[in-house]
Amino acid sequence: MGEYLTTIGLEVHVQLKTCSKMFCACSTDFGVDPNTQVCPVCLGYPGSMPVMNREAIRLTVISGLMLGCRINPQSKFDRKSYFYPDMPKNYQITQYDQPLCLGGGVEIEVEGVSRTVGLTRIHLEEDVAKNNHFATWSGIDFNRAGVPLMEIVSEPDMETPAEAFAYLQALRQLLVYAGVSDCNLEEGKMRCDVNVSLRPRGQVELGTKAEIKNLNTFKGVFNALEFEIHRQADVLQGGGRIVQETRRWDADTGQTYSMRSKEDAHDYRYFPEPDLMPVVLPPEVVKEWESALPERPRQRRERFVNDLGLPEYDAGVLAADKDVGDYFEDTLRYVKRPKAVSNWVMTDVLRTLSEQNLPITAFPVKPEALGELIELAETKVINSNTAKQVFGIMLAEGGGAKAIVAARGLAQVSDTGLIEKVVDQAIAENPKSVEDFRLGKDAALKHLIGQVMRLSKGKANPQMVGELLGKKIGRG
Amino acid sequence: MNALNTLTAHDLLARMQQGECTSESAVRAILDAIGRVDPVLHSYLTVNAEASLTQAREADAARRGGDDRPLLGVPIAVKDVLNVRGQPCTCASKILKGYVAPYDATAIARLRAAGAVFVGRTNMDEFAMGSTTENSAYGVTRNPWATDHVPGGSSGGSAVAVAADEAIAALGTDTGGSIRQPAAFCGCVGLKPSYGRVSRYGLTAYASSLDQIGPMTKDVRDAALLLQAMAGYDPLDSSSLPAPVPDFAAALKTDLKGVTLGLPREYFVGGLDPDVERRLQEAVAVCRQLGATTVEVSLPRTRQAIATYYIIAAAEASANLARFDGVRYGFRAAGSEDPLSLYKRTRAQGFGDEVKRRIILGTYVLSSGYYDAFYLRAQKVRALIRNDFGAAFEKCDAILAPVSPTPAYRIGEKSADPLQMYLGDIFTVPVNLAGICGLSVPCGFTAANLPVGLQIVGPALGEEAILRVGHAYENATEWHRRRPGSESSARQE
Amino acid sequence: MPDDRKHAAAHMDVRYVANLARLELTDSEAQRFQGQLDQIVAYFDELREIDVDAVQPMAHATVIQNVFREDVVRPGLDRDQVLANAPEQASDLIRVPKIVE
Repeated sequence: MGEYLTTIGLEVHVQLKTCSKMFCACSTDFGVDPNTQVCPVCLGYPGSMPVMNREAIRLTVISGLMLGCRINPQSKFDRKSYFYPDMPKNYQITQYDQPLCLGGGVEIEVEGVSRTVGLTRIHLEEDVAKNNHFATWSGIDFNRAGVPLMEIVSEPDMETPAEAFAYLQALRQLLVYAGVSDCNLEEGKMRCDVNVSLRPRGQVELGTKAEIKNLNTFKGVFNALEFEIHRQADVLQGGGRIVQETRRWDADTGQTYSMRSKEDAHDYRYFPEPDLMPVVLPPEVVKEWESALPERPRQRRERFVNDLGLPEYDAGVLAADKDVGDYFEDTLRYVKRPKAVSNWVMTDVLRTLSEQNLPITAFPVKPEALGELIELAETKVINSNTAKQVFGIMLAEGGGAKAIVAARGLAQVSDTGLIEKVVDQAIAENPKSVEDFRLGKDAALKHLIGQVMRLSKGKANPQMVGELLGKKIGRG
Repeated sequence: MNALNTLTAHDLLARMQQGECTSESAVRAILDAIGRVDPVLHSYLTVNAEASLTQAREADAARRGGDDRPLLGVPIAVKDVLNVRGQPCTCASKILKGYVAPYDATAIARLRAAGAVFVGRTNMDEFAMGSTTENSAYGVTRNPWATDHVPGGSSGGSAVAVAADEAIAALGTDTGGSIRQPAAFCGCVGLKPSYGRVSRYGLTAYASSLDQIGPMTKDVRDAALLLQAMAGYDPLDSSSLPAPVPDFAAALKTDLKGVTLGLPREYFVGGLDPDVERRLQEAVAVCRQLGATTVEVSLPRTRQAIATYYIIAAAEASANLARFDGVRYGFRAAGSEDPLSLYKRTRAQGFGDEVKRRIILGTYVLSSGYYDAFYLRAQKVRALIRNDFGAAFEKCDAILAPVSPTPAYRIGEKSADPLQMYLGDIFTVPVNLAGICGLSVPCGFTAANLPVGLQIVGPALGEEAILRVGHAYENATEWHRRRPGSESSARQE
Repeated sequence: MPDDRKHAAAHMDVRYVANLARLELTDSEAQRFQGQLDQIVAYFDELREIDVDAVQPMAHATVIQNVFREDVVRPGLDRDQVLANAPEQASDLIRVPKIVE
């Protein structure tokens, strides 16, 4: 690839978190029976008219502010005409020359190097319906038609698939933090079109681009770009020319294919939507929204380091995902021990989530319960082995840590008299180990401690057991 | 006693209030009239005989119970472009065959709430595109004054239903004159309200920035009565105006003292049919006698209004009619193997010539390379036309104008030459472009006994002014009482 | 203005435009429309006489702005009603000929 420079631009479509659709009062719920969330407006029935959802406008502006965009003081909607069965009116209401947000950027980090990917614009539009394909026919479900869709257009500002991947991750993180979308990729709430072109090193003007449509995983974007860059390089090296076209990524074959159906006539005949009035955002309203912006992931990471004293690594992991960060901070409300909570979240909690393939919002051990458990462990009411055991019980059966410890008598025993009795018993039952320990074999002590813990049913304070064994056997 | 079908809405209401007649008897009289004359005139596409009788009986029962809503029991005909829940709405097009509206247009819902009875759906030019009602997929409508003549259009069916006493009143829609011109051709009253005055929700859109729903009635008082019931802000139509609705009936006075009427220089410079011009001059004289002063005003961009209108209307129509594709409702061409051919064949078979012409024209003026030269330029000229009216209304309260340069012409006379047909809209399209209001009232007849209409144009939200002028004028004349054919003899005060 | 030059030479390719609008035309229709539309487009030259350089285009007949609805869900149409209006339906979906992407 050495002789070619790659240029990548991304158009990311994000479904906004509204209850109702962009231009009508139908629900946006996902996964319901087909054609049950439809009305004359989103079906494009004769005589129906759109009315703008105020919340969708607000969420788009919030996104723009989060991404450092300029908010357009006057914005409008336009009709974009093309015929497709998933398009109820055969025009899409979108924004052409006066989008809500202009400029802005997303900071990415690739191989330790930070840079900002520039944004061109963010505009708001309506989603299309969903086509279902069968052997001899296709069927359309209009539930998704009219759901508010925000399109974030980047500058042709990326050069590698890794940058594109990092851009999508950073963008998603910011949007989730802003609370404008849950960016759920499985539900198609974040979809991506990719533009990619190659040009010989030294050439200033960009090469002819291909557009790869409707990628719905970040990995798919990465792989599709890798494939497409090789494909274009092969074409150019063979003396061929790149055709400007729309291509489709097939994850099964790992290849992109030309979409001939989208080839015909890119003449969208944009004109101002006569049924919708202009949007004029007073500066004071924008200022008010700006002052209420949520914390950005980067600010949160810095706060975790500076205010909570967490190591950079911990702060990075915990702040990366908004819900994980929220879980961590919620737990801190019950136990003011940041590092201990961080350890628990980063190991036991995250491991269990990945094993059980759960989102943290559905994790059965709630912050209050985990906080209680950590407090018990940190104050040595239970030892660390017991703590793991209690965690397992909370996970499987629910309940609070204190209640479980009390009900099952799991509290650590630190009573010298009681421990002494058990230690004596262990010494009496293991003369060989006692002898070995006297002769300097440390492994023998571990064995003896294990015996004591077994006899105490795990409740003895291991530190006290060690000290007592040393004293009694005479090596203390 | 006069046959009930010949009454105005306010007369019928007065009689029902006095217990002299019932809504049911009025609906029966209407149905009888339809049975007598509509086989020739063909103003209706569908007649809801049973449903309207049921509605009428309900209205009568409600009235006995003390209900006195403003239109309780009044039979109204509805242009087939408006959605009425549970009824077909074909827009006189084959492409909407089989479609049943699942909702009421806001104007319909408001009339329903006011107690109106919906007798049937009237013929029109397909998707309201035309000036003759010849462009209907379901046959022509005939002018009751001369049945080999067109009734005007696109609301020709509604105009004929009112003029021939097949309805007490009717609804039309007006994008470039489609209420006022057929009202003039048929000798009834037609009001195009200001843009945004009546909600367009549920009106199958032709040109969204120009369309308005309005009443077609036997006199100006009825126009005020129906407007009163329909007007006002609607959250379902973002272009509807959040302005208070005045008491229109209170504006109806019998003199024009203190009223200044503008006469546009550009409207009286030849090109008018001589009979039309004479009737207009006589009408102007009547207004002066009623106390109005007249002043010359100038609307310099009048000539360009037609090109401006046909560019903008066709552009919007090309998008508005894209939804008729055979997928979700209506007609679908048989035997298509892929969506593209489904679209092309459904639309080829489903639309008539005039609709196809305007879709092609509108697609062209929006297409890449032509947008600036046609569409954008037309939008700018539109702004100038609006400004011209603004300047004129600084000098006058309302403008007097012709509705159409000619009276009704013969069926088929202009249908081969669309451009000639478009030129007939010269006095009506500027009003839609400017978003202002216009009223057509009968002002006499030609030598051939064809009705002539006087247009009274008012500023945006100036309906009170034009209703006042129209009412005072008709109060001083008898033209609006004349009825065509044998039904007319039964009609007197 | 480059667009004006194009305008001066404006000749509509009726078949191309009809295809954009998804209208199938017979030869006789194409021929008839071509003549009629050429005449109409030529008539649009009227507008070139007017100086519009300093004029703001008028997209709406009114000057209102910021017309919103609140983000509230209301029930829509019954599916049976929606499917009954569709020319063809199957498996609760609106049926069309197979879409090949």
